[in-house]
Parts: sequence; structure tokens; C-alpha cells
Amino acid sequence: MLRLRRQPDLVCQQIVELITDYLENSLSRTDRRRFERHLADCPHCSAYLAQMRETIRLTGRLRTTDLTPEMRGEFGELYRRWREER
Amino acid sequence: MTDPDAELITRFRTGDEHAFVELVARHHTTMLRLAQTFVSSPAVAEEVTQDTWLAALRGIDSFEGRSSFRTWLFAILANRARTTGVREQRTIPLESPEPAVDPARFTANGIWSSPPIDWTEASEERLDAQSLASALQSALDALPPRQRQVVLLRDVDGLTPEEVCDILDLTEANQRVLLHRGRSHLRTTLEASVGTL
Repeated sequence: MLRLRRQPDLVCQQIVELITDYLENSLSRTDRRRFERHLADCPHCSAYLAQMRETIRLTGRLRTTDLTPEMRGEFGELYRRWREER
Repeated sequence: MTDPDAELITRFRTGDEHAFVELVARHHTTMLRLAQTFVSSPAVAEEVTQDTWLAALRGIDSFEGRSSFRTWLFAILANRARTTGVREQRTIPLESPEPAVDPARFTANGIWSSPPIDWTEASEERLDAQSLASALQSALDALPPRQRQVVLLRDVDGLTPEEVCDILDLTEANQRVLLHRGRSHLRTTLEASVGTL
């Protein structure tokens, strides 16, 4: 059967550049389909996608540092100055 | 969606100093890191962050809650840090080709010749060792400023693309390019670190 206007398949090197657009949901419907068609057949790119997701997850777990007691004191003072000038 | 900071804001406006300090504690690290992407020294970044809090206190009556408090706050910081302009802003042209993955890892046809090592399974238990987190932190600190700004706000602090575009005055497309480059760098670092941990 004749297939009409099928877009050429994406290759791995294109996948790694499109991955953020894919995760951000900003690919066109056609490109999203091409992207997913490639993934379905390519374990390496699937692993790559999993790694990007893991990178995002681990980045989200980077901890913030607590204020030192000294800094708490300084910001308390800043606050009191503001209250006085109001 | 209600602003997670709303309660602390109400409390500090009616005289609760402790609520203000809590609010500072909640946002201080991100603000400091963001300030550092604009200015040359940690001391100046501290100063810009303090100035931003004072400006936020003085301007709190003009905060109408149209955006979230932190979007409003971070935008004040970005503006102040930018105008402090201690560092000549290195502009990184967005169109400069910077592949997500070393082209040497693909065949001439763009197929993986050196595929990614699978490390996602192993990372969970290894993160407890803190080595992965510190490798990731160093990689984040080493990103070019504009990539660092976007990754920090999006992935560390969890802001939406729209909020990040507002704060950093970026188009959505540019925001995505910077995010893509930044995340790709971090992934490369993790892949290298997991291999050696």
C-alpha cells in the first residue's frame, strides 16, 4: 500500500536535540509522533530520555542552605528598620 | 492556585518579624545563586540580595498578587543585579552551535556509535553518598550564567516557563534553548560521575 507524505524518520543525533522541546511539550503533533516513533525502536534514545528525566529530578533535589543564626539576626534587624520607617 | 508565601506575607505585614525571617530563609539560597549569575563576587551578590529584601519590604504595598510573590521578588532581584552590572555581561549568542552530546558519539548517519551508559537505576542509592549531589552542584555552578539562571529557576526552584520568562525577560523559545543546553551539560556530568563513583 502506498504511504502518503510520510515524514523521514528522526535519527538519534536529532533526538538528543529535540528532547527538551519534547519534555516541554512544544513539539508539533507531527514531530511528536516522529519523536515517539523513534523512541519506540531505539533503546539507546529511550535510555537517554530516562537520563534527562533523572537529571531533572536530581537537580530538583539540590538542597538549599539554611540561614545562619547570624544572618537571621541581620534580617530581623532589616525588618525592624523597615517597621520603624513606616 | 494560592501563593505558598501568602500566609507569611500577611503575618510579616502585621508585625511578625519571625514570619519575615522565615520568608527570607525560604528564598535566600535561590536569590543568592541567581544574583551570582549577574555579578562578579559573592560579596556583591549578598549585597544585591539584601537590597532586594529591603526593596521588597518597602514595595510590599504595591505587590498585588497578580504574579506569585517569588516571581515578583526574583524579578526585583534580577533587575537590581543586572543594573548593578559589576560584571560585563558575557553574551552567549543563542545560535552558537553547542551540541547536547559530543558529535563523536554518533556515526556519520547520526546513529549512536557510543550509546549512553545506563546509570539511572544506580543513581538513587548513590545519591545518598552525596557525591552525585555535589558533582551536580559543581556542574550547575560551572554553567554559563544564562543557562544557570534558567536551570536554577526551572529545575532547582520549580518555577514555570512563563514565570522564568518574566523574571529573566526571555522569549519562551530562548528560555527553552538555554534550559536544553543547561540540562544537557548536567546530564553529561552525571553520566561521567556515575562511571567514576
